[in-house]
Amino acid sequence: MSRTASNDVPGDVPVRRHGVQWPMLIGLTVVWVLLWGGLTVANVLSGLVVAVIVTLVFPLPPIVFSGRLRVRGLAVLIGWFVVELVVASVQVSGQALRIGRRPLNAVIEVDLRSHSDLYLTLTAELLSLVPGSLVVEVRRSTSTLFLHVLGVRDDADVEEARRRALRQEERVMRALASDEELAPYLSEVVGR
Amino acid sequence: MNWFDVVSAACLVTGCALSLIAAVGLIRFPDLLSRMHAGTKPQVFGLLLILVGIGLRLRDWSDVGMLLAVAMFQLLTAPVAAHMVGRAAYRRGAVRRDTLLVDELTPVLEAERRD
Repeated sequence: MSRTASNDVPGDVPVRRHGVQWPMLIGLTVVWVLLWGGLTVANVLSGLVVAVIVTLVFPLPPIVFSGRLRVRGLAVLIGWFVVELVVASVQVSGQALRIGRRPLNAVIEVDLRSHSDLYLTLTAELLSLVPGSLVVEVRRSTSTLFLHVLGVRDDADVEEARRRALRQEERVMRALASDEELAPYLSEVVGR
Repeated sequence: MNWFDVVSAACLVTGCALSLIAAVGLIRFPDLLSRMHAGTKPQVFGLLLILVGIGLRLRDWSDVGMLLAVAMFQLLTAPVAAHMVGRAAYRRGAVRRDTLLVDELTPVLEAERRD
């Protein structure tokens, strides 16, 4: 499979970026200092050296972030996430300890509406941690996720899982997206 | 014994119980993909509770920083690891089709293979 990649076409897959990226270096150094558990000059310097080596050896595609942080959206996202993590744990525990026949599972396709690595990654990460879903395959080029859903009884459950995934994406968008990116979501809410 | 210790003990016990249930799930679930659910949800939540419990008990900022780092890495890596295992299993045909009500990925992968 050959991919043509470019940075300036929206919805296209960006190429890996070489060279030194300061935000990444600082982030990695902070993590290093946290892991050593003390803010000393030696820790910061050794952290910087490790960060430079890591970013040079494993170059990553740039994260294109054109949105803005919405405090209310972020609070809703985190709040829901905590609630869903608790519900998910109880649900999976129930299934694990259940005696007798288990309900079936399903693998479903969910087409996300955004075309951004950042939103795709966040949505996929969150979906894997919340009730009943696990990401088994990702199509980065079309922003498609394939989810393994635990415990479905009929087609209605399958559709519900699909809607839940899209609602998760919407919460991510409401927390991080720019007005322009968010506009399609706002107009769709009426129908639900 | 003050309230911190009580809450901390409750968090530790609940966290351990959830981790135990995750282990039970790993054994009892019928196929690999279901087992990955056990490895990502009760296990992550259990670990977070244990970290909260330890944090409440130690109440020391450099330790809390370390605990936060552990929590962050767990939240970032557990879904990715489960995804990679699930993806590899799917492509190698290690998935039990009789446990699936709907399967929308197999046709897509087959179409890709033909191209």
